[in-house]
Amino acid sequence: MQQAIAKPEPALRSESRLSRRLIRNKWLYLMILPGLLYFIIFKYVPMYGLIISFKDYKPFDGINGSEWVGFKHFHRLFAESDFGAILRNTLVLFGMNLVFFFPIPIILSLMLNELRISFFRRIFQTLIYLPHFMSWVIIVSISYVMLTMDGGIVNELLTSLGFEKVNFLLSPEWFRPTYIIQVIWREAGWGTIIYLAAIAAIDPQLYEAARMDGAGRLRQIWHITLPAIRSVIVVLLILKIGDVLELGFEHVYLLLNSMNRDVAEIIDTYVYTAGLRQGQFSYSTAVGFFKSIVGLVLVMLANRLAKKMGEEGVY
Amino acid sequence: MVEDRSFAGRAFGIVNFALLTLIALITVLPFIHVVAGSFTTSAELAVKRFVLIPTDWSLEAYRFIFSTNTIFRSMAVSIGVTLLGTLFSMLISSMMAYGLSRRDLDGRRTLMFLVVFTMLFNGGLIPTFLVVKNLGLIDHYSALVLPIAINAFNLIILKNFFQNIPEGLEESAKIDGCNDFGILFRIVLPLSMPVIATISLFYAVTYWNTYLNAIMYLNESKMWPIQVLLRQIVVLASGLDYSSDLDSAVPPPDQAVKMAVIVVATLPILLVYPFLQKHFAKGAMLGSVKG
Repeated sequence: MQQAIAKPEPALRSESRLSRRLIRNKWLYLMILPGLLYFIIFKYVPMYGLIISFKDYKPFDGINGSEWVGFKHFHRLFAESDFGAILRNTLVLFGMNLVFFFPIPIILSLMLNELRISFFRRIFQTLIYLPHFMSWVIIVSISYVMLTMDGGIVNELLTSLGFEKVNFLLSPEWFRPTYIIQVIWREAGWGTIIYLAAIAAIDPQLYEAARMDGAGRLRQIWHITLPAIRSVIVVLLILKIGDVLELGFEHVYLLLNSMNRDVAEIIDTYVYTAGLRQGQFSYSTAVGFFKSIVGLVLVMLANRLAKKMGEEGVY
Repeated sequence: MVEDRSFAGRAFGIVNFALLTLIALITVLPFIHVVAGSFTTSAELAVKRFVLIPTDWSLEAYRFIFSTNTIFRSMAVSIGVTLLGTLFSMLISSMMAYGLSRRDLDGRRTLMFLVVFTMLFNGGLIPTFLVVKNLGLIDHYSALVLPIAINAFNLIILKNFFQNIPEGLEESAKIDGCNDFGILFRIVLPLSMPVIATISLFYAVTYWNTYLNAIMYLNESKMWPIQVLLRQIVVLASGLDYSSDLDSAVPPPDQAVKMAVIVVATLPILLVYPFLQKHFAKGAMLGSVKG
């Protein structure tokens, strides 16, 4: 509105207007300041700190004083035989997330939506949201006491049914199933929130019209509910792809042990071990940098693809 | 809405209900198993296959874990960090969110971009660790709060909620001589209780669940929050200091003891959750739908 009224003015006048607006809003800027400092110190300074991946960081010399070495650490990254395996482990877990986890909240929210009695619906929601609020330590600990060889309920059941005990916690082949089941257990219920919100916004008349035309409940889901939440699904898929390498560092770290390291070591745990345990700061920063760049590129590609397909995208 | 009374429609509803019941049961059974197991003796756990309701009630496990002050100390650390952290996070998040919600603010778009960009790209583990270290926060409880003081997603939910409050209310407060701080604390926040409850819960849960930051930034085992202690007891079985505080005859943590520690570490969330959950579905939706 202001723009429509204001005529082109000399630069000096509009500048003094700006400064007047700045002064009038001084309290607002003061309110933003602590938060802004947080983002600068704990988000943007670490981004600057990424330059140590091009240096040989020595704690004594500091970030700026350390010697430049160019792409040395990135060369090592691609030369190192470990890295291929770690990248593969990371991608396998990502693929499992996409295939086994991603559809579950969608199906669950469709099921919840078909539940006509709101009392039961609320109870179910309360119960399935709950695990989301438990830490990974608690989720992994509960799994541990249930899966352990000495006295865990699952192995007790197996022996009582006449099977051999299974070493779920230490065997490499059980790491991935355990991981994905824990992800589903903790996050599937919570994942329904956004879909349920989108479903709640659907005009009920659409359903009535469909029913007049003789559509059963499955047809209504297929022709009304699913198309209505399609753009939400696409947005969440884009975000998921951007998170390709964010598989829950804490979760995997808690499941990792010397027996399953071959399949369980992912980029994040590798950065942690190489960097903080072994003190290879520059090299592990290079590994982390590589991961962040890949994530950023993928989210941008996925977003562009979504826009090409006629969806709104994330930004 | 007209109810679908056909046979197929009813069968669908029944199957759907049964499946959801099954899913809800699978979700909560592990918790029930652990709670029940913590109230029984290890002997019963070893004999009975699946304990949902213990026949042999016992507080043995709890007596054992509370016989040293290790648990109390960890709980005190976690409660302190959670309370102060949540308060601090809510204060700086809601102030920043309110500033960003005001359309007349110059530079608002740039500031929003700075926030959103951190959701797409970050410096990563090691550079963040170096910042915390250079600030001298190692072995300092503030290292559990400051590096995660604002969650960009929470900030955006707050901002979107504040944006939907009618501007007329703020204008009239301004005419009455309120400054921006007064508007935020006397008008905007009281009108935003659902979202404040939701975001407070999110922050509180994050602080209560802190694990990685604790093992990265705290070297002293005396400073451990409950999650780190839980991990030690359940998986590494070395958290409780048996040698100094207890007889040497005490057995190592068995199943019942581990379960009791899990219950203690989970309890605070279970206590708060029912009171806040009616708000959060609503609050989280408001933020997410508006994007």
